[in-house]
Amino acid sequence: MVGSNTFRLRLLQLYLPLAFYAVFLLFPFAWMLIVSFKPANDLLDTTINPFLLYGFTFDHYRYLFEETDFLRWTLNTFIVTVGATILSLVCSILIGYALGRLRFRGGNTMGVIIFLAYLVPPTLLFIPLAQVVTRFNLYGEYWSLIFTYPTFLIPFAGWLLMGYFRTIPIELEQAAMVDGATRLRAMWTIIMPLALPGILSAGIFCFTLGWNEFLYALVFMSTGTMKTMPVGVVSDLIRADVLFYGSLMAAGILGSVPVAIAYSFFVDHYISGLTAGATKG
Amino acid sequence: MSVLPIEAPARPVERAKPTGMGRILDREAPLAYLLMFPGLFILALFMAYPFGLGVYLSMTDKYVGFANYDFIGFDNFRYLFQDTIFQRTVRNTFVYSFFTVPFKLVLGMGLALVLNNHFHFSRFMRAGLLLPWIVPTAISSLAWLMLYDSVLSPFSILFKNWGLIDSNINFLGSQYNAMAALCLANVWRGVPFFAVSILAGLQAVPPDLHEAAALDGASAWRRFRDVTLPVIRNIVLISTLFSVIWTFADFQLVYVLTKGGPANSTHVFGTYAYQLMGFSDLGTAAAVSVSMFPILAVFAVVLLRYVRAED
Repeated sequence: MVGSNTFRLRLLQLYLPLAFYAVFLLFPFAWMLIVSFKPANDLLDTTINPFLLYGFTFDHYRYLFEETDFLRWTLNTFIVTVGATILSLVCSILIGYALGRLRFRGGNTMGVIIFLAYLVPPTLLFIPLAQVVTRFNLYGEYWSLIFTYPTFLIPFAGWLLMGYFRTIPIELEQAAMVDGATRLRAMWTIIMPLALPGILSAGIFCFTLGWNEFLYALVFMSTGTMKTMPVGVVSDLIRADVLFYGSLMAAGILGSVPVAIAYSFFVDHYISGLTAGATKG
Repeated sequence: MSVLPIEAPARPVERAKPTGMGRILDREAPLAYLLMFPGLFILALFMAYPFGLGVYLSMTDKYVGFANYDFIGFDNFRYLFQDTIFQRTVRNTFVYSFFTVPFKLVLGMGLALVLNNHFHFSRFMRAGLLLPWIVPTAISSLAWLMLYDSVLSPFSILFKNWGLIDSNINFLGSQYNAMAALCLANVWRGVPFFAVSILAGLQAVPPDLHEAAALDGASAWRRFRDVTLPVIRNIVLISTLFSVIWTFADFQLVYVLTKGGPANSTHVFGTYAYQLMGFSDLGTAAAVSVSMFPILAVFAVVLLRYVRAED
């Protein structure tokens, strides 16, 4: 705020609130980290301060890698997410270009449909979708998720890219077309390279949204080792005894890292993307 | 003004003539539909079709493992309106998605205002404080699962050691505790989303306006109310609607923490539908899912109006 640079004011207006938020928002992660390194005996000892580490162990992580299918689940998640991201990105680039760049009857309606499709939650569709997946013989296969994740990825990325394509000056394309290029050629050689940052961030968001998905993965792909990481962790690592918490928290830490890194670089784009269609209109 | 395609790309006056396929694709409407086809095909097959199928299923008595089933009209819905678990589910979902909004909004607004300052590591803090919203909910809920554990909750252990309580806190063991526990974790997850959205809106607040108002002797509160708030009003409304829609249709957090228990007292639509599906009762399960639709549709239409009005 203007003119309030004394330390006391800054402490009151900035550092104290900041500390409150840091504790409130990061506390569960700190707790996961502590537990994931805590020796099993200390975990059960209710006489010591639970927030402190009196010993240190990698046992929970070792257990995760050696005794569970954690690596396989992670690989599954990776395959599904990359597949769905590529498929969605290709479709979204085309939709984004058509809606952002071309003028045609029904264009407005299509834009509205894409936006509304983004708001359709998996909880609304998962029961009939399970039947569709089974009917197409995709149940338990990677394809079951690679084909269903785009239902929420395409609307999101299409909407985001539509806004992005609009920010690229139309004159560039027109100049190429005056020089004899077809529209498709102009799109491919002039517009795509300029849209690359937008495409990249749309890709990152598709990746993280796919990585975070839970319900479809739980219903369509949860047999044997064919599970995604969140589903595997929740359905196989939570057991009846109390000793599972160490490996559960270790899995939580490891599962958080990829998306945390991906998002931290692109978060500003994400938010502007949500309202992109609006603000760039 | 409008969100969607507004200005016609002016046609080039003169150009060399492409031939054949290229020329057909230079006309905008056929090209547009051709480009949109792959995406729309996937959406039709895996979204529109299942939606229709879901509405149909909700009007049948289909059970998993039985080949025969009948069309029974609205009987499933009639049954659900009598069903005490469903009634509670509806109430829970509203509490879960509306009661938590003011908390998310106020805390998120506060966080946005704090993060809007320049300070050391501000970029780092921005990324870090977003974690609750970024990390897969199924994963972060695991931390809450242990924090709420009936035996190993660190709060129970600590408070007992300090002599504040005699027995462990039963976070997830009774309906009211469990709902409160779910709402707290839900607020925790939602605050960063509000914060980032509002933070993006704050960037659009003209700093000179603030300085001018400050010079005129306006208090911090008046400056917030008369300078900042009008600028971020729409983004606040939009993020609120987004949050309500997502929370209304949530599944992960409730599934991991309570699975709708104890005694079916903390279900939301998603978990109750999932549970009925597990009981093979597909018709009723689909009816629970479909019941969300009218409410979601209202929010979606309102949200659409705001997003289109946002300029």
